[in-house]
Amino acid sequence: MSGEVSAEIRTSHILDLAADGKRLDGRGPDEYRKITVEPGFVVTADGSALVRIGDTAVLAGIKLEPGKPFADTPNAGVLTTNAELIPLSNPTFEPGPPQPGAIEVSRVVDRAIRAAETIDLTRLCVTPGEKSWVCYTDIHVLDHSGNLIDAALLAAVSALAHATMPAKRFGIAEADYPLEVQHVPIECTFVRLGDSIVVDPTFDEERAAQGRITIATDETGRVVAMQKGLIGAFSPDDVKDVVRRAFVHGDRLRGLATGGAR
Amino acid sequence: MGSVGAKEVPVLLSADGRRIDGRRLDELRPIRIQAGALHQADGSAFVEWGANKVMAAVYGPREVHPRHLQQNNKAVIQCRYNMAAFSVDERKRPGLDRRSQEISKVIGEAFESVVFAEEFPRTSIDVYIEVLQANAGTRCAGVVAASVALADAGIPMVDLLPSVAVGKIGGAIALDLKKEEDNFGEADLPMALVPQSGRLVLLQMEGHMTEAELAQALDLGVKGCRSIHETMKQALRDRYAVAPLAGGSA
Repeated sequence: MSGEVSAEIRTSHILDLAADGKRLDGRGPDEYRKITVEPGFVVTADGSALVRIGDTAVLAGIKLEPGKPFADTPNAGVLTTNAELIPLSNPTFEPGPPQPGAIEVSRVVDRAIRAAETIDLTRLCVTPGEKSWVCYTDIHVLDHSGNLIDAALLAAVSALAHATMPAKRFGIAEADYPLEVQHVPIECTFVRLGDSIVVDPTFDEERAAQGRITIATDETGRVVAMQKGLIGAFSPDDVKDVVRRAFVHGDRLRGLATGGAR
Repeated sequence: MGSVGAKEVPVLLSADGRRIDGRRLDELRPIRIQAGALHQADGSAFVEWGANKVMAAVYGPREVHPRHLQQNNKAVIQCRYNMAAFSVDERKRPGLDRRSQEISKVIGEAFESVVFAEEFPRTSIDVYIEVLQANAGTRCAGVVAASVALADAGIPMVDLLPSVAVGKIGGAIALDLKKEEDNFGEADLPMALVPQSGRLVLLQMEGHMTEAELAQALDLGVKGCRSIHETMKQALRDRYAVAPLAGGSA
């Protein structure tokens, strides 16, 4: 198909530009595309946020329901993260069971939320060993134009930060109350293009990339999760460099995620 | 439809003929259509209709997957109607259930009735409908969104496909039911109209109606579709209209 030929040409163009420290859309190596966060996009969800990073659009929705705690954590609620890379969002996705790419996004986002202790799970316990809240985070990718992981986590934490516990509806409390978020993880993804390591890759940059690395940080200065993906390699010095950059971006993105939240 | 439970049936129609949201029986909920809402798709549209939010994308004509579905004399139209887990009050398990599969099938067949599929043999035209927020009439909102998305993708068609549901509430025939009316009403009849021919390419019905009521419902639905058709055309004009050059400056 001609699509693949043009992708080849674009890949070599992206790498040529990277050698001069340039990018196809004119950004610098450490520059994100424009980010917007729209909390409360879906009223049927207990919390939601539509996040756009450039042409990428990801919608996250939270649903909270009473359920049973796991036997090994009788005093804790249950957290579930699921990402759907629906075929609507990109020409390369096909209907069917979740592809490895979707599972990776789910798991990398879930890991950051869990490791950062975004939610104090003991506060989701209703009756130890019997009843606890189950918090479902469903991530719906609408427009995949690159860097799904950062957009997905940003949407997820923004949705959580703006979520309401439907306690009245389920007869657990007299009134609904806000879901408490104690830490806010942010993921920053970088790709290697030749000797350059750039943040917030577009879809074409991901296709041209010689390795991808995601760093999750929280507001207390902890690195809470990492993921290296795609074919390629990073030196320990590369990793130290992107961690430093991830902390700088993290502070700004965190403000976007929690903006307007209680 | 007719959910059975301890919940009390609300008064759906007041004495002066107003519905719970103040609408008259022949009034639509507000509709906003944005043609070209996505970047990766060949065509797309976002529809906000009452409290429904529905996104549609079209890809193609492109290679057929899976291959064995390929037709030598025309394009196949593959439609996928899906609801986001958080689009309804009680979380829906992700993925296509039987309801979604049935809806996907009848919507796909509705579009096969209007698309010039024989222009693109051995290809697939993929229509994806994602319900992000549901409040009754999502399949109709999906047809409207997908139809505008098909036009946005430049797929040749006989006509756009406006769609609406007619129902029966408090014994009266009403246009475009919202959730409470759908849950507690007596009937629901979604349809999609080919405006040029005046024929229906999607028609389903559930509930109770007399022959006279059914005739009235069909007429009301066609009227509603014709109004929605105007909104759909305007959405496409808004996307593709070129501003006239002012005072000769480029």
